[in-house]
Amino acid sequence: MRFDEPAETNPIDQLKVIGQPLSRIDGPLKTTGRAPYAYERHDVAPNAAYGYVVGSAIAKGRIRSLNVEEVQKASGVLTVVTAENAGALGQGNFNFAKLLCGPEIQHYHQALAVVVAETFEQARSAASLLRIDYGPERGSYDLEEVKDTGRPAQITSGPGDSSVGDFAGAFAAAAMKFDETYRTPDEAHAMMEPHATTAAWDGDRLTVWTSNQMVDWGRSELARTLGMPKENVRLVSPFIGGGFGAKLFLRSDALLAALGARAVQRPVKVALQRALVINNTVHRPATIQRIRIGTTASGEITAIAHESWSGNLPGGKPEAAVQQTRYLYAGEHRLTATRLALLDLPEGNAMRAPGEAPGMMALEVAIDEMAEKLKLDPIEFRLKNDTHYVPDNPVRPVSPDPQSIADREKPEPNKRPFSQRRLAECFRVGAEQFDWQKRSATPRQVREGRWFIGIGTAAAFRNNQLTKSAARVRLDGQGVITVETDMTDIGTGSYTIIAQTAAEMMGVPVEKVVVRLGDSMFPVSAGSGGQWGGNCSTAGVYAACVKLRELLAQKFGANSADVQFTDGLVKAGNRSASLAQLAGDAGVVAEDAIEFANLRDSYQQSTFGAHFVEVGVDVATGETRIRRMLAVCASGRILNPKTARSQVIGAMTMGAGAALMEDLVVDKRFGFFVNHDLASYEVPVHADIPHQDVVFLDETDPVSSPMKAKGLAELGICGVGAAVANAIYNATGVRIRDYPITLDKLLENLPELS
Amino acid sequence: MKPFSYERAETVEQAAASAERNPNARFVAGGTNLLDLMKLQIETPSHLIDVNKLALYKIEPTPDGALRIGALVRNTDLAANERIRRDYAVLSRALLAGANGQLRNQATTAGNLLQRTRCPYFYDTNMPCNKRKPGGGCSAIGGFTRHHAIIGASDACIATHPSDMAVALRLLDATVETVRGDGTKRTIPVADFHRLPGDTPHIETVLEKGELITAVVLPRPLGGVHVYRKVRDRASFAFALISVAVVVQRDGAGRIALGGVAHKPWRVEAAEAELPRGVKSVMEPLLAGARTTQDNAFKRPLVQRTLASVLAEAKG
Repeated sequence: MRFDEPAETNPIDQLKVIGQPLSRIDGPLKTTGRAPYAYERHDVAPNAAYGYVVGSAIAKGRIRSLNVEEVQKASGVLTVVTAENAGALGQGNFNFAKLLCGPEIQHYHQALAVVVAETFEQARSAASLLRIDYGPERGSYDLEEVKDTGRPAQITSGPGDSSVGDFAGAFAAAAMKFDETYRTPDEAHAMMEPHATTAAWDGDRLTVWTSNQMVDWGRSELARTLGMPKENVRLVSPFIGGGFGAKLFLRSDALLAALGARAVQRPVKVALQRALVINNTVHRPATIQRIRIGTTASGEITAIAHESWSGNLPGGKPEAAVQQTRYLYAGEHRLTATRLALLDLPEGNAMRAPGEAPGMMALEVAIDEMAEKLKLDPIEFRLKNDTHYVPDNPVRPVSPDPQSIADREKPEPNKRPFSQRRLAECFRVGAEQFDWQKRSATPRQVREGRWFIGIGTAAAFRNNQLTKSAARVRLDGQGVITVETDMTDIGTGSYTIIAQTAAEMMGVPVEKVVVRLGDSMFPVSAGSGGQWGGNCSTAGVYAACVKLRELLAQKFGANSADVQFTDGLVKAGNRSASLAQLAGDAGVVAEDAIEFANLRDSYQQSTFGAHFVEVGVDVATGETRIRRMLAVCASGRILNPKTARSQVIGAMTMGAGAALMEDLVVDKRFGFFVNHDLASYEVPVHADIPHQDVVFLDETDPVSSPMKAKGLAELGICGVGAAVANAIYNATGVRIRDYPITLDKLLENLPELS
Repeated sequence: MKPFSYERAETVEQAAASAERNPNARFVAGGTNLLDLMKLQIETPSHLIDVNKLALYKIEPTPDGALRIGALVRNTDLAANERIRRDYAVLSRALLAGANGQLRNQATTAGNLLQRTRCPYFYDTNMPCNKRKPGGGCSAIGGFTRHHAIIGASDACIATHPSDMAVALRLLDATVETVRGDGTKRTIPVADFHRLPGDTPHIETVLEKGELITAVVLPRPLGGVHVYRKVRDRASFAFALISVAVVVQRDGAGRIALGGVAHKPWRVEAAEAELPRGVKSVMEPLLAGARTTQDNAFKRPLVQRTLASVLAEAKG
């Protein structure tokens, strides 16, 4: 199904099942321990041997020699796989450091061997007997130091630089000017389940039960790396214990499990130990961001520039921290720039809302600072510079009569409208609910006992991305609908919203729907990433269900336009038949994909929100404790308010972590992340998050998909850090532009104590 | 983890004797720290003596008005004990500031005293560490030292002791009762129990080989107002950046102990004499000779500010 016109009224709009706050249908499996995770697949791969990955002890250099003799003699050891005996390995398209290295070492804890043994303890113990002689080389580990060697670089969505009008001239001429630099640190995804895989070979065919957000990418990359036909690889990933982007790509666990299993001719399973999750896999790269804003005396932005520096290994991408600045606020003269320097740290890559998450942590503090300079309420300043059109985009054709903005105004020619943009409403609703009017515009005015109290706000913004997504639906003689797609559920609720979609389309209760996900035998879906999964995968299921409805209408002998699907029945006029009857013993199968066509060129599709945060800062110690948080989101139709809310409160929590504590600390001498476990890389615990509210504006976006939904799970993190930072400033009068905002940075500017 | 043998001791004497026979043995009780260290091969005992069956679970008053806490009393039970909460509130509060509910259920009084540093370089076996390999060098010095010691450290080690409980015990002048392998008993003041790193940071306490802690004894209650303030980046389940324990009497006299600043709980009795003259007067003797790095220089003002806040709280 091609989606190239805005969606009209369709069966999803009935909202009998879609839009209901259903509990997750896979919940009981998880709470009773029956959901099979990658490392526990003894049901399908019994007798698996255990692989233990050995990571490099140096960040850069060469392996001079590697002696496996003692390891091989250790009790229980079956084999040791290294680059020397692994056979030729190809290079994937999505990872750029080798997943099994040697003799060249590109980063700390890069995998250089997997020890396979009968038990986990034997493998781990034997791994310590590996004798490695390293030839270390000098590496580059300090972003601050190499920043100015950074070169222009593409970001995932396109050019890293953009320019509209004459920024330099307009900034110089601006009545009010602002120029500050912000820093965000490297961050870890810190998902609960580490990267893990069980692998088994049957002749030249390989199956991996793994934890991967993108089944088809993972399958293709594994085939590419092993130099085998993709058809011979099956990748199964039905349950994933969190990913946040860390499991978008093939990682060493899957490759080394496959190599180990091939070597010992039996299933092998590998889970990365926590330290390797940090230094062996991927992280969100640190950024340095400079923001300049020029306005009129009354606060209209006339010039805005956002430049970002980050580092990565050769072949890596920059953090796209400037992205949102091209969309969020008006202003005639604009500039964004992205610079990428070489660093010999582990691979930097996507983590929840790559680009916007750190970008908004800078931009939305800059906006708060500028508002204060202008003596404007920060919400008022934002709304003054609201825009219905993308301010920073090459002009693209606009459809003649775009319905979605018809109620607003006639589209201006040569400007590209947002399909929906309710930023202002998000702020208005949020301000009301959060009691924003009680905020003191002057900082450090509110004190309760030993706490300074402050509140802050920030916009939330993240683009809506669209990716082809396919599904297969089968109706059987019992009237049960089975949906199969390689879509993944990374804790987000995919199982549930897909079941709701099929139930709504086919007129059956959710209990009549079986959802099977995460298997490369199923049609290729959008997968889980970039907050595209929910909208795109359900749209794919929609497409397959439309086809199934047509097939059933045919069987029923009626025109599909005249047929109703309701209460397990197919009805036309005064005739009706049950779905089960129509399916018969043979059943009926339909498969289709949603493919997104040129609508995305005509409209900018983005998601919007407003974050509000209240903090207390201890007058003596500078400890910041969040007291309450609110997010108001406008991101299309909410398919399931319960799972959607969980996504947003999880994202808010992650944003709080980014603001207050998360920091992968680089040892600039040795070139690695020092705090590589969950005791020393702190993420928020329950005590850090006392109260959260989420409000979804009632919105449908017919331009995004037949579901009229959009992405949400990443919107929730974008802007949170800035709202926390702004609240800390409001509480203390201290502006910290270097995340995380830990007490040591606040301390010297807090008032003296008697 | 290296292969090891395991025995479950039935009596204190048996446990101590077995430890003397097995030079590379370790006692295991809660195992909350030891097992992690064994998995990482930072601790590589060839023999484990499980002491959980020993009859060391009682909290009982002694004839002279002190309180004896069995070595195996779990942190949760100790924190919740009525007498502890009434007479030694600072100890209860320190315990509850540590770890999380699950760990406190498992961790023991003696084990808490013996937990090892959380220095990240100690935990990464690719990095030199004088605690792991004496003479190998310290990779923390010159590295990431935000959590490290500012006082009493040496050129060989700048690690801190991570315990909250031990800070309160130091404040209360607790003593540690032990049995040696030959069956002889002794009592060690907590003040002398932990060592500063010096040239031998791998030797962390004055315990001899095979010596088993049987109890911790709290002297008669001090009265006064008890406060334990732990300062950290997140609200729970984090080691202290610093912590401050005080007992303040009505006349303004009091005691101060610090956590997170040294290789052992830090207390300077001479500084306490300065209490009537205010926090600034206390600070000079309390942290005399402190050496900070760029990463942990904040600890000195943080101690001062926290102490001021805690004293204000204690005075009501």
